[in-house]
Amino acid sequence: MPVVMDADRIGRTLTRIAHEIVERNKGVEGLAIVGVRTRGVHIARRLARILKEITGDDVPTGALDITLYRDDLMRHAVGPQPLVRRTEIQFSIDNRTILLVDDVLYTGRTTRAALDALIDFGRPNAIQLVVLVDRGHRELPIKADYVGKNLPTAREESVQVRLMETDGTDEVVLQPFDAAQGKPGGGA
Amino acid sequence: MSTPVTPDVQPQPEVTALRHKDLLGIADLTPGEISLVLDTAEAMKEVGLRPIKKVPALRGKTVVNLFFEPSTRTRTSFEIAEKRLSADTLNIAIASSSVVKGETLADTAMNLEAMSPDMIVLRHASSGACHLLSRICKSAIINAGDGLHEHPTQALLDAFTIRERKGKLAGLKVAIIGDLLHSRVLRSNIYLLTKMGADVWICGPPTLVPTDIRRLGVQVTSQVDAAVRDADVVMLLRIQLERMEGAFFPSLREYFNVFGMTEERLRFARPDVMIMHPGPMNRGVEIASEVADGPYSVILDQVANGVAVRMAVLYLLAGGAEHEEAA
Repeated sequence: MPVVMDADRIGRTLTRIAHEIVERNKGVEGLAIVGVRTRGVHIARRLARILKEITGDDVPTGALDITLYRDDLMRHAVGPQPLVRRTEIQFSIDNRTILLVDDVLYTGRTTRAALDALIDFGRPNAIQLVVLVDRGHRELPIKADYVGKNLPTAREESVQVRLMETDGTDEVVLQPFDAAQGKPGGGA
Repeated sequence: MSTPVTPDVQPQPEVTALRHKDLLGIADLTPGEISLVLDTAEAMKEVGLRPIKKVPALRGKTVVNLFFEPSTRTRTSFEIAEKRLSADTLNIAIASSSVVKGETLADTAMNLEAMSPDMIVLRHASSGACHLLSRICKSAIINAGDGLHEHPTQALLDAFTIRERKGKLAGLKVAIIGDLLHSRVLRSNIYLLTKMGADVWICGPPTLVPTDIRRLGVQVTSQVDAAVRDADVVMLLRIQLERMEGAFFPSLREYFNVFGMTEERLRFARPDVMIMHPGPMNRGVEIASEVADGPYSVILDQVANGVAVRMAVLYLLAGGAEHEEAA
């Protein structure tokens, strides 16, 4: 069960991404961060903290639950509905540049759902995608603007991002199919 | 300015799905399932605060609102909930239906079923009408009030409103006062509140107390002051003038004098008491206007929360009854 990123590596990676964000956007004016539940929200809050350290400015941060926008809802004849959690975006996204943050970029379907959900909140100037890990295997034409680590994977493998806030540790783990309790995938 | 975001530290709820095809009553639900509906409703409430109050979750699903009794609040609330989830909705009211031409409920249902809706929201004057439909229809049946039996979504929205204010249901004293005999809202609320650990007191004229109601685990009294004393929640039930065929009490004026909720009577309740009413209100009968419009009243919050709770029920039931491993 190889650890592909440890706590130090995750910390340095987020700092590097924060600098890239400042460089590309010439500061943080007009920026807002929206994390995709669950782990994207924690990464989003960490990025907001680092951006504050770098620039001294607060960047508004929100949480997006994409469940009601999933493209696989109601696709199974019968089955339990995925849990819906609260979306909290307490600022107008109109005319801002939104940094959409997720832990793993995989098929791109979560990102597609997140884009649709965001557009229902208003009309941002631009949306830029931030991911901690890009594991490939895109099924939709979606590309990240800021990538923590490009991680070549097989579809049968599973990428687990564990964060202090939810899992008590900071690491990214690549699990082969068997160790993942028969469940392929991980991230979307 | 930084915006606070609640971290996602809620533990995974123990119950993650409604294991039912239909919502016929609160009696069928476990405490875990009730919590799941209330938690889901919290997320749904946020959808109603967005600039675009619509999510695509139930796109392509057809929901029939079949109302055999007059209803404004409940029917409108269901319809808004369905539209916010992007379902296609169809309203059938008694005045325009074949029932006036003599068709039975079962025939009406089977004809609707032939057009394959996904869900039917039913209000009917007969207790058990939803159970009948549930047996003959493949569609999910949602009970929007059946006779004197149950009105589950009302109890769920009441619980949601209480939990929103008090942060919990367990241990609260809830006094329910009014027409206990003709109230399906009462029955659903008793099931729900006792399952969630609240201390439920019911109060009304002895002629309007159903026999054996004590067996549901509630305190029964005809003394309003005893019911209201130290109550966290006071819920008034409508005197259902349209169902009053016998002489249950001498006059509406006398009812108000003995049971009507006034500021005077509320002195005995806790200082942060909530006043609730499922509507429609008879001002000056079960509730004084000064109480209905007063600072403790959450009556309009109940209406607002009704949409979120019904969205949660529609969403959770749309998955179907059989449960395989989560996708």
